[in-house]
Amino acid sequence: MKTATGSLEQALRATGDLKLVAYMMAGHPNKRRSIEAGKRLAGSGIAALEIGIPFSDPLADGPVIQRAGQIALEHGMNVAGALEVAAAIATEGVPVVLMTYINPVLAYDPRRFAAEAAQAGLAGVIVPDLPVEESEPVAGWLRAASLDTVFMVAPTTAEDRLASICDRSSGFVYCVTVTGITGVRKDLPPGMKELFGEVRRHTQLPVAAGFGISRPEHMKSLRGVADAAVVGSAIVDEIDRGGDPVALIKELLKGCR
Amino acid sequence: MARNAPTHPVDGRYGAYGGQYVPETLMGALQELEKVWHEAKADPQFQLELAGHRHAFVGRPTPLYAATRLGEHFGGAHIHLKREDLCHTGAHKLNNAVGQALLALRMGKKRVIAETGAGQHGVAAATVCARFGLECTVYMGTEDMRRQSMNVRRMKLLGAEVVEVTSGTKTLKDATSEAIRDWVTNVRSTHYIIGSVVGPHPYPEMVRDLQRVIGDEARDQYLSVDGRLPDVVVACVGGGSNAIGIFTAFLDDKDVMLVGVEAAGKGVKTGQHAASLVGGRPGVLHGSYSYLLQDGDGQVLPTHSISAGLDYPGVGPEHSFLRDIERAEYVAVTDAEALAAFRLCTRLEGIMPALEPAHALHHAGVLAREMGSGGRILVCLSGRGDKDMDSVEDAARAERDQ
Repeated sequence: MKTATGSLEQALRATGDLKLVAYMMAGHPNKRRSIEAGKRLAGSGIAALEIGIPFSDPLADGPVIQRAGQIALEHGMNVAGALEVAAAIATEGVPVVLMTYINPVLAYDPRRFAAEAAQAGLAGVIVPDLPVEESEPVAGWLRAASLDTVFMVAPTTAEDRLASICDRSSGFVYCVTVTGITGVRKDLPPGMKELFGEVRRHTQLPVAAGFGISRPEHMKSLRGVADAAVVGSAIVDEIDRGGDPVALIKELLKGCR
Repeated sequence: MARNAPTHPVDGRYGAYGGQYVPETLMGALQELEKVWHEAKADPQFQLELAGHRHAFVGRPTPLYAATRLGEHFGGAHIHLKREDLCHTGAHKLNNAVGQALLALRMGKKRVIAETGAGQHGVAAATVCARFGLECTVYMGTEDMRRQSMNVRRMKLLGAEVVEVTSGTKTLKDATSEAIRDWVTNVRSTHYIIGSVVGPHPYPEMVRDLQRVIGDEARDQYLSVDGRLPDVVVACVGGGSNAIGIFTAFLDDKDVMLVGVEAAGKGVKTGQHAASLVGGRPGVLHGSYSYLLQDGDGQVLPTHSISAGLDYPGVGPEHSFLRDIERAEYVAVTDAEALAAFRLCTRLEGIMPALEPAHALHHAGVLAREMGSGGRILVCLSGRGDKDMDSVEDAARAERDQ
């Protein structure tokens, strides 16, 4: 199954409501259960699903996602396994985006990674330790396979780099809302409106907010500001504790409307 | 003094190696750092200030020492030691920390973070923060806090907060990851003093520029003593800052062989080692592309070395470049060999080396035997061994119990 180009962009554009993107880790708590969790999330009303590929040294992640990655690695999860997990979940029809650090992709071979991700029906790829300056040739292989390349902007991104980040992004632009790593936070920082306003001056793509977002009131504050919100650690934590992430999604969706 | 202008990095790269593989949040800080460093480097006032601190605070120039009894022991070769163990705080690490602290002041950043393995860089960072009135947080793995407990006490006395890192292998790799996460979170107020020639550009270049004083001095000293250059320069390589520091001055002296000595731990074949250049393949860790100990899936492997300062799966990108262009050669020395060299140097020269340069001393012995009485070998004695008393005694006990 091949996702049509533009599907991610369409799925994440706000239509009055804020769109919700869920994140989960492939192989957490094990391969079979991560596929089950992903399929349940796919049918829960989210607009897209990010699936993480575990890495031994995840520099942008807080303790919850670090731990999930460690557990997945202990169960033998790797790039090939994560592509299988993602392929199984993508059959549910929700756009799936892979989130991975660069080294597993380099070890797998970026060209083969891109081809197999496209073959699996995935929509795009996010690599948090691959800034635009370092993105070729990997991004080239992804584009050649018709996968979206999602780049991140941060509160510390200078005006002069925004244009090139937005230029190279497709699908959506990932706007890191906090100066920091992933993980739930009580409050979102002030100044988000200004940040999103600046990003929008450089792109027509949907803009998603991520990092630190975990509560229905966060959704409310992002509605009308961002097109979509990414929730990661809160969902991973729920899966980690053996709970039902769909209940959390339902709560969060209330804040999106 | 800086007679050789290194040709690299070009656009942040040493051939294929180096780069800036970091979260977007850090890109602005790295670009600022590159700009500020290049301005500072060209600023005579900054250089004057740095020279003053090097002289009166670090204790430079450090001596070049003729290790005649070691030389005799190994068959008569001339072995000289560059005495970085005589730097204030006991290792070459202070050369870098002083320069970066001045840079933090120049950028108006009041908080400093650092990672440490053996604790020598942590102590150096805590020392300069005490000296210049900066707040200091040092990340250190649980395992390293155990085997380098004296350095933990020193850092605390100097006023630093030591944060125990319990994730992953509980050693230098994870301490570095945790320091980077702190930096991502506090980048506006904080300068990250990386302790080696690793990490994203411009760190490998900046740390080299601050450590090359070792080789610049040693080359002049060697010439003034002997009127000629050594045949070979030997230094241990974890991340590789003392090695780059001494190699850089000799890069254009094509007849001078450069040898980096990595930690073979229990033997490279056992998998329990930290020899990235000898036993690894290129990959990305901590922001740069370089030789790396990793499995087939690109996951970073646990390492082993008796020496906490060499117990790291990556290596500076310039070493990867020097290896590929065959300007430097890299070998690996086991725990047992390093321990033997530690004892030998202590007994024959009255100099107790750190376990890290003990690896280099072992290989110097191997080369000395090969070269015979005409051989001329310069070794970077990067630090002193007081910190390693427990490790050495534990190893002796384990030997007796076997």
